[in-house]
Amino acid sequence: MADDPYKTLGISRDATAEDIRAAYRKLAKKHHPDLNPGNKAAEETFKRVSAANELLSDPEKRARFDRGEIDESGAEKAPPRGYRQYAEAAQGERYAGGGFEGENFEDLFANIFEQRGARSPARGRDARYVLDAAFLDAVTGATRRLTLPDGQTLDVKIPPGTADGDVLRLRGRGEPGRAGGPPGDALIEIHVAAHAFFRREGQDMFLDLPVSLHEAVLGAKVTVPTPAGAVAMTLKPHVDSGTELRLRGRGVPAHGALPAGDLYVKLRVVIGPADEKLEAFLKEWRQPGFDPRAGMEGI
Amino acid sequence: MMITFETIRLQIHGLDGEELGRWIGAELVRAEGGFGAWRFTEIDAARIRLIWELRHGLEVEERSLPVVLSLLDQVYDMRRRMLRLNGALGELPEEVRARLLERLEK
Repeated sequence: MADDPYKTLGISRDATAEDIRAAYRKLAKKHHPDLNPGNKAAEETFKRVSAANELLSDPEKRARFDRGEIDESGAEKAPPRGYRQYAEAAQGERYAGGGFEGENFEDLFANIFEQRGARSPARGRDARYVLDAAFLDAVTGATRRLTLPDGQTLDVKIPPGTADGDVLRLRGRGEPGRAGGPPGDALIEIHVAAHAFFRREGQDMFLDLPVSLHEAVLGAKVTVPTPAGAVAMTLKPHVDSGTELRLRGRGVPAHGALPAGDLYVKLRVVIGPADEKLEAFLKEWRQPGFDPRAGMEGI
Repeated sequence: MMITFETIRLQIHGLDGEELGRWIGAELVRAEGGFGAWRFTEIDAARIRLIWELRHGLEVEERSLPVVLSLLDQVYDMRRRMLRLNGALGELPEEVRARLLERLEK
């Protein structure tokens, strides 16, 4: 394959017609065969330079070359290789579809041999199910009954600390094996619903706890719901909205190798219904020197 | 060697960055690099030509492209596997291949 004519002439792809002429003249003078008698290399170079000039000095040919319609010798170029030639080669894996996920040659052959009547023992297929779990069931663990398409039921033990998308494997509860082969497994994907008050990140849990103005200013003993039941928590006087308190070990309970997580309680001061006495008091009340937005002026 | 967006634009008249950006965003075609500074492999470039032909030659609507391409990908997955199978069968002894052929032609 010959060289890129732009490179041959030593010019850039956006060279003007004048650039091309100048580059050609300079190279032609240097490599002209009559000026380099007996120099085969010069003759070859001159031929390439002439061909490059012929192509690039014709605006129409140059445009067609730039679009890839003709090659550097001016010959029509075969259209680019079709997608199929790439897709069927090993590089086609780059766009492997999801349709055959987990299906390998073994499955393909199993089907072929089954059709041909060979009855060698084979393990049954895995069955896939989805089970919806309440938020707190997934946190503390629970047993839920799954009704299968064939009417049978399956008691699924959701272990403590199960996260949304976790897949449980029940050995031997998939489709029956063939010709004495073992049955497949049941794969159960757990979908955990959101909770109205709790959020979860790994082992830790988060809760927004509404407190009254009275409780926030004067302090109080408040009841906090946790996955393991309500606990009492003491609020010191004068806590602001947004204050985060940590109840150690009150998040997702310990399971496997993971220690129990914490429950982070974020206080949210709620003013409550309109109150004439409070309003009357606040009209007379000032906090000299206190600016809740101190430091925000420059923004 | 990676192929630039500029090179692809020289091959496909009328392809603009916005349209190609949508295809990349929808994961119909893979690319490296950020918007407009993309780099493509040869199969990516061939796939862009294919999508262009589907979209503008065959007038497949843009919202139908994911389904069409997903089905095509599945066909090519299968064809790659069949080609591998074909290669494996080609290594079998002559008599086994003859029996296979005989059985398949029934």
